[in-house]
Amino acid sequence: MIRYFASRLAWGLPTLFVILTVTFFLIRIAPGGPFDEEQTLPAQIKRNLDAAYGLDQPLWVQYGRYLRGVAHGDFGPSFKYKDFTVTELISQGLPVSATLGSLAMALALIIGVLIGILAALRHQRWGDQAVMAAAVIGITVPSFVLLPFLALIFGVYLRWLPVAGWEPGSARHYVLPVIALTLPPLAFISRLTRASMLEVLRSPYIRTARAKGLPERIILWRHALRPALVPVAGFLAPAVAAIMTGSLVVESISGLPGIGRYLVQGALNRDYTLVMGMVVVYSALLIAMGLLVDLLYAWLDPRIRFQT
Amino acid sequence: MTALALIGALILLTLVGPLVSPNGFDHLDWSHVAAAPGFAQSHWFGTDRLGRDLFVRTLQGARVSLAVGLTATAISVGVGVLYGSVCGYFGGRVDQIMMRIIEILSGLPLIFFVIFLTVIVGRSVFLLFAAIGAVGWLTMARIVRGQTLSIRQKEFIEAAISSGATAPRIIFKHIVPNVIGPVIVYATLTIPQVILFESFLSFLGLGVQEPRASLGTLIAEGAAEMQAAVWMLLIPGALLTLLLLCLNIVGDGLRDALDEPDRAG
Repeated sequence: MIRYFASRLAWGLPTLFVILTVTFFLIRIAPGGPFDEEQTLPAQIKRNLDAAYGLDQPLWVQYGRYLRGVAHGDFGPSFKYKDFTVTELISQGLPVSATLGSLAMALALIIGVLIGILAALRHQRWGDQAVMAAAVIGITVPSFVLLPFLALIFGVYLRWLPVAGWEPGSARHYVLPVIALTLPPLAFISRLTRASMLEVLRSPYIRTARAKGLPERIILWRHALRPALVPVAGFLAPAVAAIMTGSLVVESISGLPGIGRYLVQGALNRDYTLVMGMVVVYSALLIAMGLLVDLLYAWLDPRIRFQT
Repeated sequence: MTALALIGALILLTLVGPLVSPNGFDHLDWSHVAAAPGFAQSHWFGTDRLGRDLFVRTLQGARVSLAVGLTATAISVGVGVLYGSVCGYFGGRVDQIMMRIIEILSGLPLIFFVIFLTVIVGRSVFLLFAAIGAVGWLTMARIVRGQTLSIRQKEFIEAAISSGATAPRIIFKHIVPNVIGPVIVYATLTIPQVILFESFLSFLGLGVQEPRASLGTLIAEGAAEMQAAVWMLLIPGALLTLLLLCLNIVGDGLRDALDEPDRAG
């Protein structure tokens, strides 16, 4: 088990390193630079700027310097947000994005699994069919369509919640973005749970448990649930990725000051360091999630634990 | 079946609709700026704040979405099938390295790649096709590899090898035709994903550029105007949802029909 985990962990760092390297050179190959603004700068000033940020050095030197910085936890200064370092920008925005994302993830998991179980227990009855029809719609409606609609209904017409915007410490501003972000993965998780639950409930060991006369409650929670959750665990990493990309649009629609906007803006502005910082944060998160999924697999399904 | 018929109807509408309407997609009608939908004037779905006809723009946008969906899916199927079958057929170290590459690529959030590609080469619709297709092949390659691994054990492959067939011949003549079932199922499910992704990019302003419209750009414009002019959001939003819904239902139906276990994701 420990060896399994260690080998997984050992793959994480090189992966992150490769991603870092590829993005570093990709964005440098891109035409344009961070100081190409609408009014062109005098050549001398531009040279000085390039020199100040080390952009006049050969690419390999810059790359080496950047790697050394990252190893020390320093992502460098932002090119566009002049008085901020990338670390500052990200650590200001991350709490907002993380709150949004983790709330959406937790809600999608808990509600999705519960709905999936209920639907499986009501298999082929109207409750099941209604839930699954709703799930197809939930998977389909993109969050950038859903959120404006929600804002229109609850913000403009009913006036229950703010249409957009953000205040520190205000929960009301989170409600609509979280709902819009939660629904697609929720729908997907409920479908996955239902399908695997149905399969598990048909298996011989559940029949044995029933034949022993165990109460249905114990069969469900103690025997059926854990194996039924294996596919759900597999969906966790893609779900996190989906929520991260979803939060790009959700943050921009709701005007939440998260880190999502930095990615698109950073790439468009050629804000090299900011983009790199975002790539590192997102990739590290995804890789960590992949690790967690592997651990969860091993916990949910002992057969995986004893392999390799 | 209803869903399939609806998709057909939608495709027909996107092809015929713009011809029926007297308005062009980039014609500015200053006498009807931000007009509400109705049949009194020729702007059946209303106009946007520049006076452009939304009926034509929405259908044109849907056509772009469909074209991107089909092309990008075709690219991802092509690349994915080739990669996956090579992986599965050769196995061993080749397989390990190639799968490791896939794992690294899927560790990178797709959005980065496409943003980079659009930024590097400049924005064009063709690039969009290629970029989305190029990142969509990962899952396809995984599925094909899995299928190939089991097919490779079959006797007819052994027979082909012993009769001296070359590796490319075995892959294209014996393996690829046998994995086509799951490939078709997954391809149908890829189309709505691709369309969704394209609208997402266009919504962020990275996809289709003005004066051309895609459903994503229309929704972005509509969301900005929704308090004053609901229809600008409502109509493209509803059309996109309907399109995705139908495609998903068809894909699901196809999967059930071919008796694939529900391992979506």
